[in-house]
Amino acid sequence: MAKLTKEEVKHIAHLARLAITEEEAEKFSEQLGKITEYVETLNELDTTDVEPTSHVLPIVNVMREDVAKKGLELEKVLLNVKEHENGLIKVPPILEE
Amino acid sequence: MTLLERSSKELQEGLHKGEFKIVDVINETYKRIEEVDGDVQAFLALNKEKALEEAKEKDQVPVNERGPLFGLPIGIKDNIVTEGLETTCASKILEGFIPIYDATVVKKLREAGMITIGKLNMDEFAMGSSTETSYYKKTKNPWDLERVPGGSSGGSAASVAAGEVPFSLGTDTGGSIRQPAAFCGVVGMKPTYGRVSRYGAVAFASSLDQIGPITRNVYDNALLLEVIAGVDPNDSTSADVPVPNYVSKLDGDIKGLRIAVPKEFLAEGIDESVRKSVLDALEVFKGLGATVEEVSLPHSKYALATYYILASSEASSNLARFDGIRYGFRAEGVKNLMDLYKQTRAQGFGDEVKRRIMLGTYSLSAGTYDAYYKKAQQVRTLIKQDYDKVFEDYDVIVGPTTPTAAFKIGENIDDPLTMYANDILTIPINLAGVPAISIPCGFDNGLPLGLQIIGKHFDEETVYRAAYAFEQATDYHKQSPRLGGK
Repeated sequence: MAKLTKEEVKHIAHLARLAITEEEAEKFSEQLGKITEYVETLNELDTTDVEPTSHVLPIVNVMREDVAKKGLELEKVLLNVKEHENGLIKVPPILEE
Repeated sequence: MTLLERSSKELQEGLHKGEFKIVDVINETYKRIEEVDGDVQAFLALNKEKALEEAKEKDQVPVNERGPLFGLPIGIKDNIVTEGLETTCASKILEGFIPIYDATVVKKLREAGMITIGKLNMDEFAMGSSTETSYYKKTKNPWDLERVPGGSSGGSAASVAAGEVPFSLGTDTGGSIRQPAAFCGVVGMKPTYGRVSRYGAVAFASSLDQIGPITRNVYDNALLLEVIAGVDPNDSTSADVPVPNYVSKLDGDIKGLRIAVPKEFLAEGIDESVRKSVLDALEVFKGLGATVEEVSLPHSKYALATYYILASSEASSNLARFDGIRYGFRAEGVKNLMDLYKQTRAQGFGDEVKRRIMLGTYSLSAGTYDAYYKKAQQVRTLIKQDYDKVFEDYDVIVGPTTPTAAFKIGENIDDPLTMYANDILTIPINLAGVPAISIPCGFDNGLPLGLQIIGKHFDEETVYRAAYAFEQATDYHKQSPRLGGK
């Protein structure tokens, strides 16, 4: 696997919602290629039947009482929003014409 | 002795005797920042007006109603949210972001009466080992201004080393508290995963991130952890484990302490000066009545690769929230919503953050998930088992914090893999979820070196006891860098 082509990098950038220029795709394909080559050293290890660890604590489900609580005030929520109108956040067109 | 060179105990003594007031301590703090931060560049934002107001109010509180940290100044890493005080994660994408609530740790500091001085520089989104990936400024190592302070909590460690604040908070995902603490000659603790609530710490890798204290001495460090630790209903991964009174256990007596030294931690790639300082430290421990034996953590060499897959995968998911809609930077002149996301993120994130988001996206994508993400999670199990096994027979594991002393600014920034290798001794600890501290243990040509003491899950107490005993038997922590002509 290791080597990442420029096209693959562009696809990954799209999945990650990052605009990317030709030069960046070139640079990242080289850098990410080196990194993926390095991380593939893990293949030296036989991990058949080894359970994956997602995090180290024996915590499974943490429940709380099902009681309604007040959320954030609208004024606070909108404090950091660049564009809003009548309590709604404005965004550019979602559907193409 | 200036006010800020005093320990918390000495500061409280002075306050109780009426030698000076809280407002004097806070004024002195800002004066020192004004004097040296032009060189050190640790702070991104200051909270001066409010801090002085709070100090005046706190001076009215009778001394018998004050706790041990009451009225004392603290700096906060800029990825921990502070209501009303700009929080950027040192990223352009959060420029101008004003949090609308306090992180749980910040709330706890407030309850203990501590005063927030300002926000501290870091690698962008805590991704880096030198604080060079900050969008805003390059923090310098107070011991040598041409060198990095380490990272990602570089501002937190440098501000304490420079005598700007006696306390700071950092975060540690793969060494981001301990490595800068080592490079700056201060004390930095990464607590057990789950010991401190992460509510309000901007998530990088949720299964690895922990908030922890950075201070000039072990006693103050333990005192601060006691304040910020504990279960929190707002963080379902915070653990419901009682928090001991750490400082009451610090007596310098470690007779019979069983110390394990992993041979992998002193192997190839570790600087000779680092190796020597650790071997000297082990002699100090023996002199104090501890036993020292060599052990093996055979999967250590796989930790770095495991970490970069897991941390990047979690980051790619956590950083999806920065889309230009609800907060932070928003790109202009875009065609549609998709374009807004892509342009905002492309213009708002720096290269290191983009690299990790892409590596994570790749690791989690169809076709690579099993070979990368799942494989790394399985290797994580093997690494954790290495630690579990050693801790069956030993109380603590001791080794260096970093392979070398602080490197020069610009030296590693263009080579991601060399930069990553800096964290080779700290990363396995986050993967295993155990606590570890870095304390000063020597110098290499005038640059501080750090000793790492690693403990069992939720046994910060033994780590602090060992660290305190070592500190009391040595005087590395008493030395300070020369700054501002002093």
